[in-house]
Amino acid sequence: MTSTPTPGQAVAGSALDEDVPSQQLRKLSRLERRAIATKGKLSSPWASAIAIIIAILWTIPSLGLLITSFRPQEDIRRTGWWTVFTGNASFTMDNYNEALYGNSNDLSTFFVNSFVITIPAVLIPITLSLLAAYAFAWIRFPGRNFLFVAVFSLQVVPLQIALVPLLSDYVDWNVNGSYWTVWLSHSIFALPLAIFLLHNFMKDIPASLVEAARVDGAGHVKIFFRVLFPLLIPAIASFGIFQFLWVWNDLLVGLTFAAPEYQPLTVKIAELAGTRGGDWYLLTAGAFIAMIVPLIVFIALQRFFVRGMLAGAVKG
Amino acid sequence: MTWLLEPDTTGQKFMLMVVAVVLFAAVMGLILFLVDRPKRIPSWVVAAGFVGVPLLFLAYGLLRPGLITLWQSFFNRNGSEFIGFDNYVRAFTEGQFQQVLVVTAAWVILAPLLSAVIGLGYAVLVDRTRFEKLAKALVFVPMAISMVGASIIWKFVYEFRPDQANINQIGLLNQVLVWVGLPPQQFLIGQPWNTWFLIVVMIWIQTGFAMTVLSAAIKAIPDDIVEAARLDGLHGMGMFRYITVPSIRPALVVVLTTIAMGTLKAFDIVRTMTGGQFGTQVVANEFYTQAFRQGNQGLAAALAVVLFVLVIPIIAYNVRQMRKSEEIR
Repeated sequence: MTSTPTPGQAVAGSALDEDVPSQQLRKLSRLERRAIATKGKLSSPWASAIAIIIAILWTIPSLGLLITSFRPQEDIRRTGWWTVFTGNASFTMDNYNEALYGNSNDLSTFFVNSFVITIPAVLIPITLSLLAAYAFAWIRFPGRNFLFVAVFSLQVVPLQIALVPLLSDYVDWNVNGSYWTVWLSHSIFALPLAIFLLHNFMKDIPASLVEAARVDGAGHVKIFFRVLFPLLIPAIASFGIFQFLWVWNDLLVGLTFAAPEYQPLTVKIAELAGTRGGDWYLLTAGAFIAMIVPLIVFIALQRFFVRGMLAGAVKG
Repeated sequence: MTWLLEPDTTGQKFMLMVVAVVLFAAVMGLILFLVDRPKRIPSWVVAAGFVGVPLLFLAYGLLRPGLITLWQSFFNRNGSEFIGFDNYVRAFTEGQFQQVLVVTAAWVILAPLLSAVIGLGYAVLVDRTRFEKLAKALVFVPMAISMVGASIIWKFVYEFRPDQANINQIGLLNQVLVWVGLPPQQFLIGQPWNTWFLIVVMIWIQTGFAMTVLSAAIKAIPDDIVEAARLDGLHGMGMFRYITVPSIRPALVVVLTTIAMGTLKAFDIVRTMTGGQFGTQVVANEFYTQAFRQGNQGLAAALAVVLFVLVIPIIAYNVRQMRKSEEIR
């Protein structure tokens, strides 16, 4: 079944396997064989047509929003965004100006809020769950397995079940609506999944490394920072991106806990969709402002994200 | 020092953020420093230093509120009177809430199934083609967008303008209808199809997740299996039906259950697109309405518990399938 590799196949093979360069040679021949085995799959015009239709359906809606957000208000109201391809093309930044700095809807403030909420709400749970995952993986203590299973199973608890009691506590403590409550809530809600995922990565590190450090007289704190932490950077990046997207895109926690002046972008945009549902010049620009940061993070660090997702999904 | 609770300017907000992170780092540093003293200390003290704060957080912020909510679900709207299972009876028998349950069921069944089917089909179709990377990225990108953002994108696709001579449609879907000679529709208002048009948004978001996981599973199918099947004369649909699908079964189960759980808890799409009107309400959004709009704590608590209970069969199915696939191994 094997034949001499054609340049096209070699390129396809290396593109797929860039994560594991050391295995490239072996995999290349493997992929080659498979490429031959599956040959003819996409040569069917129906298959190509379906793939292209799906790709278009998944792209066009966002494209429409993006184009519309740059069109003048009048044009948006009168004609569809697709008319820009047939000679009706005039573009402006006015919508963004209005959305970011307008009198009634200064999204720039909420943009700041999203940042201020997101950064601690990513750093704090990651640190906490790294420490917890380390203890569950490498420190022997009574009740370890029971506690780990308990934490693991808390993953299934819907947030909704915790909202009202937490909110009434925050009101009692007079911190209701402040950033502190949003940070604390996000940190708590992130822990079960984070501990579980990082524990999986932690377990993959060879025990001999930890043992060697222990024989050299290192305590747990030292082992954690000197031995494990550097090895876990990719895992931390994976979960960090995941948590970043989760917090930045969250509506429920921001809506429930943050006071109006500290709400994140998502809450404000959702509110605009309700109160100014017909003002598409504002909504399209606003939606894009809310999307731009996660899109950049996501596209730049996609590889880490995919790895983390697969680890969570396949092992979970 | 009011800015610690109520920062006014952007500068103060960022300063507060730095204070929070530094404070957290200092507290955790202190705890680790204390458990790392060179003298002999029992290992459970060290363990407590590592897991203490996270466990406290979880006990305080998830376990305890969960129990309180369960308790509250047996009380009336302001928690003053014990009413037994009345809230649950109401949630399952009153017509308005039965409708909500039916719509929620439609979401939880349709969104995972269609996301998985489209994601799997697409993963197979683009597997090992020249455009694989680009093709996958296109379907993957919606995962980075918030459900609120996705709702606005699709609300614009569904936008309706009255069918009059001098008025152009600005929503793409209605324009397509006009192009093929049909009258434009109010997609988000006409029952029961409006629920379907909301579910489409969820499918649009989740297909990327399904595609990525399933594509990785497809690539992990051992070659000898594929080759043996091939020698036995299987290809095309036969290969897909008898080799690909059975081999990736565990990944398929994970995808279905993960999306089902996500769908069950999501309220963003319904809230942003219709606000739960026109018969599109789901349990997660009804919970929000009862808790924070109607102020009916008892009923809201019962709905939250219902959400939790509905997750359990999904998890049980997931665990059973995992056990099964481990037995086979």
